[in-house]
Amino acid sequence: MASSPDDGQPRRPSRGQSYRWGGTGGRWASPRSSEAESGGGSWQPPEEHRTPAHQHDRTPLHPGAWWLWSLALGTAATRTTNPLLLALLITVSAYVVATRRPHTPWSRSYGAFVRLALAVLLIRLAFALTLGSPIPGTHVLLALPEVPLPHWAQGIRLGGEVTAEALTFALYDGLRLATLLLCVGAANALASPSRLLKSLPGALYELGVAVVVALTFAPHLIADVQRLRAARRLRGRPDKGVRGLLHVGLPVLEGALERSVALAAAMDARGYGRTAEVPPAVRRTTAALTLGGLLGVCAGTYGLLTAEGGAYGLPVLLAGVAAALAGLWLGGRRTLRTRYRPDRWDMRAWLVAASGAAVAALLALAASRDPAALHPGVVPLVAPTLPLWPAAAVLIGLLPAFLTPGPEAANTRKEPT
Amino acid sequence: MIRFENVSVTYDGSARPSVRGVDFEVPEGELVLLVGPSGVGKSTVLGAVSGLVPHFTGGTLHGRVTVAGRDTRTHKPRELADVVGTVGQDPLSHFVTDTVEDELAYGMESLGLAPAVMRRRVEETLDLLGLAGLRDRPLSTLSGGQQQRVAIGSVLTPHPQVLVLDEPTSALDPAAAEEVLAVLQRLVHDLGTTVLMAEHRLERVIQFADQVVLLPGPGERPLLGTPAEVMAVSPVVPPVVDLGRLAGWSPLPLTVRDARRRAAPLRDRLTDRQPRLDHTARPLQPAPPTPGRRLFKRTKPDTTAASPVAEVRSLAVRRDRVQALRHVDLTVTPGETIALMGRNGAGKSTLLGALVGLVEPSSGSVRTGDAIPHRTRPRDLVRRVGLVPQEPRDLLYADTVAAECVAADDDAGATPGTCRALLSDLLPAVADDTHPRDLSEGQRLTLALAVVLTARPPLLLLDEPTRGLDYAAKARLVTILRGLAAEGHAIIMATHDVELAAELAHRVVLLAEGEVIADGPATDVVVASPSFAPQVAKILAPQHWLTVSQVREALR
Repeated sequence: MASSPDDGQPRRPSRGQSYRWGGTGGRWASPRSSEAESGGGSWQPPEEHRTPAHQHDRTPLHPGAWWLWSLALGTAATRTTNPLLLALLITVSAYVVATRRPHTPWSRSYGAFVRLALAVLLIRLAFALTLGSPIPGTHVLLALPEVPLPHWAQGIRLGGEVTAEALTFALYDGLRLATLLLCVGAANALASPSRLLKSLPGALYELGVAVVVALTFAPHLIADVQRLRAARRLRGRPDKGVRGLLHVGLPVLEGALERSVALAAAMDARGYGRTAEVPPAVRRTTAALTLGGLLGVCAGTYGLLTAEGGAYGLPVLLAGVAAALAGLWLGGRRTLRTRYRPDRWDMRAWLVAASGAAVAALLALAASRDPAALHPGVVPLVAPTLPLWPAAAVLIGLLPAFLTPGPEAANTRKEPT
Repeated sequence: MIRFENVSVTYDGSARPSVRGVDFEVPEGELVLLVGPSGVGKSTVLGAVSGLVPHFTGGTLHGRVTVAGRDTRTHKPRELADVVGTVGQDPLSHFVTDTVEDELAYGMESLGLAPAVMRRRVEETLDLLGLAGLRDRPLSTLSGGQQQRVAIGSVLTPHPQVLVLDEPTSALDPAAAEEVLAVLQRLVHDLGTTVLMAEHRLERVIQFADQVVLLPGPGERPLLGTPAEVMAVSPVVPPVVDLGRLAGWSPLPLTVRDARRRAAPLRDRLTDRQPRLDHTARPLQPAPPTPGRRLFKRTKPDTTAASPVAEVRSLAVRRDRVQALRHVDLTVTPGETIALMGRNGAGKSTLLGALVGLVEPSSGSVRTGDAIPHRTRPRDLVRRVGLVPQEPRDLLYADTVAAECVAADDDAGATPGTCRALLSDLLPAVADDTHPRDLSEGQRLTLALAVVLTARPPLLLLDEPTRGLDYAAKARLVTILRGLAAEGHAIIMATHDVELAAELAHRVVLLAEGEVIADGPATDVVVASPSFAPQVAKILAPQHWLTVSQVREALR
C-alpha cells in the first residue's frame, strides 16, 4: 500500500533528497521563538528533538490501547451492581486519567463527562422518587402525594410511597451507568478520537477525515459562540442568558458553514482525495469483492437468525466477512496515502489493553461464579460488602498508570535552556 | 512556470467578469507580487493558479492557465497539489489536523511520500520556520503569527515548485512578517521556488519582488513590469515610493537603503523645519506621562489629569495558566490617540478586552470613566467605551445596512437616525438595502465604527483596524479617526501597522510578554525602535519625520 517516495509523481529530481534545510536551521530559528507565552527560553539545536532516547521515552501509547482499556473497564462495570466495586472502578480510571492525560484541549473533556455522569445518577434517582419503582419494598422512607392518573395510563404511578429498597436499586443502577460514562470519558481524555481514527485502514481513510473534521467542528462552534456573545456585549446587549445564545445562532452557523467551505478548498488544494491509477481489473475485483462480501454478510446474518437457516448461516457469514475485508484491502491500493509517524502497537500497548481485558474477564467470571457478591441484594436490604478477589482484579486496571509515559510537562511551555 | 493566457473569470450570477484579459507569465524562480486596491480580483487570480477557481468556486474561466505545464482545466486542485502550495488569508481555516507536527505532515501524506522522507522534511521545516519548540502544540493554542508560520510550513513540506500566498503577513507583527518574508526570499533564491503573492502592505514586501503585476481596477487589464516601473503608475504605493514621488526621485527607490542614498538633499531642505505633530487637536490634557514618571505612579495618582476617560492600575490578567498581562498602568486622557503595539500574543487584545469588560482582571483595577467595566451592564457600558473587534463582521447581525443602523440606535438608546447620519458622514456611498456581507473590508469596518459610535463613547478602542485594508481605505480611516480625536474622543488602537501608528498616534505604548516596556510620545518610541519605525522615519533619520504627509506639508 505504501508507495515509494516519488512514485508516479512528477517532481524535480534534485529536490528533497539532496537538499538539507535543517543544516542551517539555526540561522532561521530566530529569537522570536521565545514568543508569546514562553518566558525567555532560547532556541535549542534541533538534534535535541531527534535523539533516540527522546523518542523512545516519549512515544505516546497507541490510542487504540487506551480505548480498549477504557471500554474493557466499562464492560467490567456492566457485570456488577456492587457500589463498592463500581466506586473502585471509577477511582481506578480517574487515577489513570489524572496521572496520564496529556495537556491538550480535548483532554479537558473529562470534566464534562464527570458532570454528565453525575447528572445521569441524579436523574435516575429522581425518576425512582417520582415515578415509583417495581421493586417491592417494606422500608417506607417518605410518602409523596399520589397523582391519580386516568385508566389508560395503567402501570404508571406518579408520586406515592418511596421505599429505601427502590432508592437503593436506583442508586446501584445509576452508578453502573455513570461508571460506564466515566470510562468513555477516560478514553476521550487519554487519546482523542481523532488520533484513533488515524489508525483506520487506507480504504476507509477519507471517511475517517470526514469524521475528524466533523469532530473539530464542535470546538470551533463553541469558540464562535463565545466570540459572538462577546460581540453582543460590545453592542450593549446582554451577553448572558438563553436569548443571547439564540441571537447569535444564525451568525454562528453562517460562520461555521463558511469555514467548512474554506476548509474543503484548502484540503482539496493540499491533495485530499488523490487517487492512484489502478488497473481496471483490480478495480472491478475490488467492487465485486466488496459487494459480494456485504451480500454474504446479509445472507449469513439472516441465516443465523432464522430457524431453518442454521446450517448455512455461519459459513456464509464468514465468507462474506472475508470477502469484504479482502475488498477493503484491495481498495486501499487506490489511495496513495502514507502515514507520518504512525502510532506503533508495541509491548506497552499490549499490556495496557490486556490489563483492561483482564479486569473485564475476571469480573465476568466472578459474576457467574458468585453472583451474590457482585449483585448485593436489594430485597431484603443488605449492606454491600467488598468481595476480595474481584476487587483485586479491578486493581489490575491501574497497570497503565505505571507502564505508560507521563504527560510532557513541557507540552505547553518551552524547555528551559 | 505559471502562464496566464488571456484569462477572464466570470462568477455565477454576476454580469461582468471579475478579472479580464489576464495575460502574463511567471518564470521559474521569481517572486511576483500581485498588487491593486481591494476588490479587483487578486484572490481570483491566485485561486486560478491552484485550480480552485473555477473547480471549487464555480464560475466560468475563459482562456487558459498552465502551471508547470499542467493545464488547470484538465487538472483538479488535488492533482496540482504536488506543484502548487496555497496559503489563504485565514490560517485557521487552512488546518485539517490538530497539532503542529501532524499539520506539517498532512500534505505529504496525501501525496504518498515515504515515511522516512516525511520525517526528515517535517524536522527541516520545523527548523526553517522556527517552530521546533511548538511541535506538539495543539494548533488552536498558537498565536496568529505562529499559526501563519505553520500554515506556510504545511504547504512547504511537499516541496512545491510554486507557492501561492494571499496576504501572508497581514496578521503578523513587523518582526514576524520579516521572518516569514525572509523564509520566502530564501525559498526563491536557494531552491528556485516560484512565488506569486498578493499583499496590501507593500512597504513590507516590495523590495523582495522581482516583478509586480498591477490590477488597477475591477475588470481592467493587469499591468506587468519591474517594481520600479509599476510603482511609478500604481494607485497603491508604499510610503517610500510616495516620498520618492514627492521628492521627484527617478528611478523610484523601493527600499529604505536606496531612498536614504538619495535623501541627503531632502534632509538638508528639511533641517530648519519642524514636523507639525498637530494634524488633529492635541490631547486636551498635558502631555502623557513619560516612562520615567511611571515609577512614581503607584504612590500617587496624577492630579493634573482631571478626568481621565480610562485608568488602568497594576492590572494583571491570567488566562489558562498563561500570564497575559502583568502590572500594566495606563491613563487615557480625552482627545488622546494611543497606539498599542507589540508582537503577536503580547497582550494587546487582552488589554483592550479588559477595558470593555470582556476580560476580568485577576488583580489590579480598570476604570473607564466612572465605571468598572466587567461589573457594568453592557447597556450602560457602551456609553463609556466602544470596541471595534478584529473581525468587524462580528458586530453586525442584521440583513441590511438600514436595519443595522436602526438596531444600533435602539441598543445605544440614541435618537432614531443617529447611526445612519453618522454612517452617511463616514461613508457617503452606501445604500440602505446593502447586506453587510457584501460590503468591502473597509466599508464593513466603517459600518462597525458607526455602530459603535452611535452611543457616543468618549473612549474608542480598535483592534487591528487596518487588517485587509488597502491604502485608500486606510487613508479614509485615518481621516475619520483624526476627526474623532479632534472632537475629543480618546482612541486606543492595537495595531501592527507602524505607518498607521505614525500617522495617527500621539502616544505609543509598547507591550511585551504582558508588560508595558515603553510608553511615550509616538515620535520618541517609534523612531527609537528599528522594527517599529515607519519607513519615512528610517529614511529621514536622525530628523523626526514620521509620515509623507508631514513632509509634504513642511515643504509647501
